[in-house]
Amino acid sequence: MSFGEKRSWIYAVSALVVSVVYFATVLGQVPGADVTKIAYIRPMLTAIGVAVVLNIVASVVATIASPRDADKEDERDKEINRLGQHIGFYVVSVCALVPLGLAMVEAEHFWIANSLYLAFVVSAFTSSIVKIVAYRRGF
Amino acid sequence: MAKPTKVTNSIRALRFAHGEMTQAELADRIGVTRQTVIAIEQGRYSPSLEMAFQIARVFTVPLDDVFQYPDTEE
Repeated sequence: MSFGEKRSWIYAVSALVVSVVYFATVLGQVPGADVTKIAYIRPMLTAIGVAVVLNIVASVVATIASPRDADKEDERDKEINRLGQHIGFYVVSVCALVPLGLAMVEAEHFWIANSLYLAFVVSAFTSSIVKIVAYRRGF
Repeated sequence: MAKPTKVTNSIRALRFAHGEMTQAELADRIGVTRQTVIAIEQGRYSPSLEMAFQIARVFTVPLDDVFQYPDTEE
């Protein structure tokens, strides 16, 4: 497995795991509660921070595990990365329509912030999956 | 597994004809990862024209001897 593919797996898994934990924790409080009273800012910032740190740590571990591959990136890696970013851009653009609509109807900040965070997560996850599929099946 | 390109190649045969050159050796010679050489050999990736010429140069053969493109539509 090339280092680029490993990096995509790390990105996909960290995006998925951290966001699932975050949404389970925060959205679990929603039923029967006043969303304006739910403290989501600190958990969201923590989730973003944890995802970043998890990515860095996992990448360092992957580098230590196979240092020979870590600094190698060729034209195929670049093309696959570009394809993933390209698809990810369209996904985040479409998903961002939800918080935009919520802002227009003056929904609670809770919903706007969480739908925007979800848009970023979905984009990051989709982008990583596209890259993994491109690495495995070709493109 | 679906092959996303119609370009075929003879890299595997050329490697064996050139002292059983390994995929890693070829990858080092053209400055790519071994995974990229594997992907090209298996028809999962069409290299750039520049990389194609580099591969042909390693085997000292014309480009047509390394890569082929079928005349007929599937």
